[in-house]
Amino acid sequence: MSDSALSQPSRLNRLFPSGSFGEMIFRSLCFSAATLTLVAMAGIIVALAIGGWPAFKAFGFNFFLSSEWNPVSEVYGAAGPIIGTLITAFLALLLALPLAIGISVFLVEFCPRILARPIAVAVELLAGIPSIVYGMWGLFVLAPWFAHYIQFPLLIHVSPDTWLGKMVAGVPNGANILTASLILAIMILPYMASVFRELFLTVPAQVREAAYGLGATPFEVVCSVIIPYVKRGLIGVIMLGLGRALGETMAVTFIIGNTHSLPHSLFDSGSTIASTIANEFTEATSEMHSAALTALGLVLFMITFMVLIMARLLIGKRS
Amino acid sequence: MSSNLKRRFINKVFVALCSLSTLLAVGMLALILGSLIVNGAGGLHLSVFTQDQPSPGMSGGLRNAIIGSIAMCVVAMIIAVVLGIMAGTWLSEYSRNSKYGQAIHFLNDVLLSVPSILVGLFVYEIMVRPFHGFSAFAGAVSLALLAMPIVTRTTYDMLQLQPNTLREAGMGLGASQGLVIRSIIWKAAAPGLLTGGLLGFARISGETAPLLFTALGNQFLTLNMTEPMGSLPTTIFQFAMSAYDDWRNLAWVGALLIAMAVLTINILGRVMTRGGKR
Repeated sequence: MSDSALSQPSRLNRLFPSGSFGEMIFRSLCFSAATLTLVAMAGIIVALAIGGWPAFKAFGFNFFLSSEWNPVSEVYGAAGPIIGTLITAFLALLLALPLAIGISVFLVEFCPRILARPIAVAVELLAGIPSIVYGMWGLFVLAPWFAHYIQFPLLIHVSPDTWLGKMVAGVPNGANILTASLILAIMILPYMASVFRELFLTVPAQVREAAYGLGATPFEVVCSVIIPYVKRGLIGVIMLGLGRALGETMAVTFIIGNTHSLPHSLFDSGSTIASTIANEFTEATSEMHSAALTALGLVLFMITFMVLIMARLLIGKRS
Repeated sequence: MSSNLKRRFINKVFVALCSLSTLLAVGMLALILGSLIVNGAGGLHLSVFTQDQPSPGMSGGLRNAIIGSIAMCVVAMIIAVVLGIMAGTWLSEYSRNSKYGQAIHFLNDVLLSVPSILVGLFVYEIMVRPFHGFSAFAGAVSLALLAMPIVTRTTYDMLQLQPNTLREAGMGLGASQGLVIRSIIWKAAAPGLLTGGLLGFARISGETAPLLFTALGNQFLTLNMTEPMGSLPTTIFQFAMSAYDDWRNLAWVGALLIAMAVLTINILGRVMTRGGKR
């Protein structure tokens, strides 16, 4: 560091008068910027609560229990979107979790050095691709493929009265709960895999080597040393992945079919809270319709807020 | 002996499953990028950048959407970088483990992952509803709210990396704490701060949900921040959901452009952190 940095006042430093007064201005500006985080967080809760209040007042608990969502007769029950959100998010997590653990274990334990870095970087980059791109791919590529190669054959060969037949009943157009969950799983997979990899890399080499030295196979090292070592963080990251799946909007809106009834099978069309808001908010003409959508937003906020706080508490304790 | 064989067998299966899942994921993601290029690259003419979005059946481009996206992202980034760096600086340099500082740090991490559509709803309630009109500025504010936690977090992390001896040396020369931060710490951490900005930029450049009911969208070119403004993601959404083939083709082109832009920004950010750490 040359001495010019301190002796010559830069343009930035001329903004703040020297002495304790300028110091105080700078400090309080920084403090206000930090406080803005708190204001934004509180603002989101208050704005959603105020905006959604008419709907909560008009429908009470029926808002959560009824699945009748009818803008024409002004009756709003949100059970369909709420259940749809939970089902798609958990299904996505179920599909993505084993794959994500597999990928990160492969990258940390088994992959040749030369390949490990490029694959890890590729996975991280793909976590950043916007959801609208995944959504378009789902709508134009995945949905037709799924309808043609999976839905049609199942519809033809499985009797609709059996247990399996009931699970796969639905319009064979590829826009359903399961394909939406698939897209969500593809979206959260790179994110979870890259954070898992970072977590696994924090396990000290001595610990792993000690286990290998006792004659453990790589499978045993992963199961009884590495995963227990990072357990808290692991659960935290799973929760973060769940939070992402819960709030993901565009990818789901493209492919879930957007009907408000309770889904009856895996291949039934449905909706999530986020997709309902994205689809209807700008077209909501009555006060009650936008209030109901804002109330839905508050429900989504509460669900994700809970999940995120748990995740952050679990991760924060470790580091 | 047989239990040993069993252990080895289980291990083999485990290794195979791990390799398979990596292969599956890499293959799936290659498939997505591949279909993006196959469907999008064909329509990538100069007219995409020089003409505004067409009516169905007409020829046209995405100029208004691209310019709208850039305008809103730039305004959002100015807000987010200024506020985010200040907030991160306060957390790292001034809060010094106070209860309030820890609370803000925690809330910032939570805000980082709040669904973007809820941020859009929030900005609608505070900026669109009171003034009875959608505006590009409201869109920019919602994007800024999404980028700011990232900038704050990265700033905090990067400032924490600076050695305390640097701060003490500055103080020892008689500089005040603020002067030390502005003249020494920020300068030393500059590549990292820039990376934070780039990461935030990468996050918001593809955001769609919050723009749907803040900036709304506009089929004409405008630079007036008080009017509704088109953006690449909302135009893609509108075109992809439509029944017209030429609109759908333009949506693929738009998706390719956004994916490329986001990938480039992310790679730039990555290169810069590596330069900064060495």
